[in-house]
Amino acid sequence: MAPKLPRLEPDTAFFWTSGADGRLRIQHCADCGQWQHPPLPRCASCGSETVSPEPVSGRGRIASYTVNREAWLPDMAVPFVFAAVELAEQAGLYVFTNLKAPIEEARRGLPVTVAFEQQDDVWLPMFRPEAS
Amino acid sequence: MIPLPEKSVCITGAAQSEVARPSQRSALQLTADACLAAIADAGLSVAEIDGIATYPGKSAEGGGIAPVSPSEAAEVLGITPRWILASSEGFSHMAPIFNAVTAIACGLARHVVVFRTVAQASARRQARASTLLSGGRDRVEGNNAWTVPFGAVSPVNTFALYAQAYFDRYGANEAQLGAIAVTSRAHAALNPAAIYREPITLDDYLASRVVSSPLRLYDCDAHVDGATALVLSHRDAAADLRNPPLHVEAMGMAVGGLWTGRHEGDFTSLPAAHRAGEMLWSRTDLTPDRIDCAQIYDGFSIFVWLWLEALGLVPSGEACRFTEGGSRIGLGGELPLNTGGGQLSAGRLHGYGHIHEACVQLWQRGGKRQVAGARNAIVSNGGYGYGAMLLRRD
Repeated sequence: MAPKLPRLEPDTAFFWTSGADGRLRIQHCADCGQWQHPPLPRCASCGSETVSPEPVSGRGRIASYTVNREAWLPDMAVPFVFAAVELAEQAGLYVFTNLKAPIEEARRGLPVTVAFEQQDDVWLPMFRPEAS
Repeated sequence: MIPLPEKSVCITGAAQSEVARPSQRSALQLTADACLAAIADAGLSVAEIDGIATYPGKSAEGGGIAPVSPSEAAEVLGITPRWILASSEGFSHMAPIFNAVTAIACGLARHVVVFRTVAQASARRQARASTLLSGGRDRVEGNNAWTVPFGAVSPVNTFALYAQAYFDRYGANEAQLGAIAVTSRAHAALNPAAIYREPITLDDYLASRVVSSPLRLYDCDAHVDGATALVLSHRDAAADLRNPPLHVEAMGMAVGGLWTGRHEGDFTSLPAAHRAGEMLWSRTDLTPDRIDCAQIYDGFSIFVWLWLEALGLVPSGEACRFTEGGSRIGLGGELPLNTGGGQLSAGRLHGYGHIHEACVQLWQRGGKRQVAGARNAIVSNGGYGYGAMLLRRD
C-alpha cells in the first residue's frame, strides 16, 4: 500500500492513470521530440505547447536506488527499494518507483520494466527486473 | 559596470539563542534572544536596525520549520523596519542574506538583521509522524507526489539515491562517508553549544542503524529548537562598530529542479550547486587554496561530498578520498570542515549554524576549536536550492 496516493492534478493526472490500459505514458514534445518528466504545460527545451502524453516502452535501467529500512508509518512494511529509473527513451529521463524484487537484486544499471499496481483511481508505475 | 553589491556589505554581528531538544522558550522568544544578542554583538542599538529578513517566513505547516514571520520578529524587537523580507523560494536558506546584501548596497537599508528560527524538536514532541504525513488521508501533491506514494517519505530517501550513485560511480565506501560524522562529532565535543558532544568512533558509525541505504542514523542531522541571527551592515557604517567587519567577499546562488521533482545529471553531483560555486569564484580574486575553514551544508552527510566538489574545493569524484580518515578535514587539517559540529552534531539550524560558525572562526572566538589565524571562510547552504558565501576578514 502506498502511504499516500498522489492527487490527480490537471497536468499530471495522465501519468497516474496511464496504467489503466497497461501502458506507461510520458509527456512528449511534437516539435522538438524531447520527452519531459515531471510534465509541464509547455516544452522546457523549445517552448512549444504541443506537448502531450505518449506511450513509452516501459523499459529502463536503475539509475540509483536505496533500501529504505525506516518505517515512517506504523503500518509501513520495510525494507523496500526506492529507485530512480532512467527510461529507455532518453538519457536523464527519470521516474521514481519501487523495485518489486528482493532487496539484494537492486543495483545500478539493472534493466527493469514497468508493472502497474492499482489503488483506487491511481495506477502506480512500479518496476521489476526485466525477464532475462 | 555596476559594482558587485556584496563588496559594499559586511557581517558586523552574529549570535545564537539557546539550542535545545526541545527548548522551553517559544520560537518567538528564541528569535528575540538571537536577534537582540546579534545586534548587541555588532555594537548597535535596536533603533539603528532598519531592515529585517528571514527564511522562509511563517507558514501553516506544523512541523516547526517556519514558525516566525519577520513582522512578528520586528514587533517583538521593537523596530520599525524600512525594508522587510521573507523568502521561501530560490537559492535556499541564504536567499534573505543575498537579498539583504542587495538592499543595503542599493541604500534601502543600512543595518539589516537576518534570522532563521526552527522549532522542529518541539514539533516532533507533539507529533511523532513526519510532517509530510500528518493531516489524515489527504493525497500528496506537487513535488511530494513523485516520491511519497513510493514510500520515500523523507528527503533522506531522495538523497540516499545520490549517496548510492556516488558510491557506485566512484567506488566510495561507508568508512569514507562515516569520517564526516565522526570528525563533526569531534569538533562538536569542543563546542559548548552543540547538541551532541559525546565523541563517536568509526565503529560506532558502522554499527548505527541504516535509515535508507547507504545512509545511517549518524548521516542525518538532528532536529532542534533554536534561532540564529546575523547583522549585515553597509561597509561605510561597519568600520566603527564593535567587531572587525567580515566582508562578504563573494556570493554564489543557483536553483535546480529538485523543488519540482526534476533531477539534473546522474545523481552523483548537484549540477546547480556547481553553478553556485562557479558564480562565487567568478566574483573574487581569492582562490580555493586560500580558504582557512569550510562550513559545508550537512543536512545529510552526502551533501558534504557534493558541495566540496561543487565549490571546487576538491575535484569531482575525490571528495570521498578527501574525507577518508578525517585528518584533512580536522581542525589541524588542510581544510577544517564544520568546525562547530555542523548540523550532524550541533543541530539543524538550517545553514545558519554554518554561517554563525564561520563568523565565530573569523572573529577568533572558537576557543578549543579555533582554527589558528582563520581569515577566509567559505559557507554553503542547501540541498534543494543552493547558496554559497565567501567571508573575509582584513
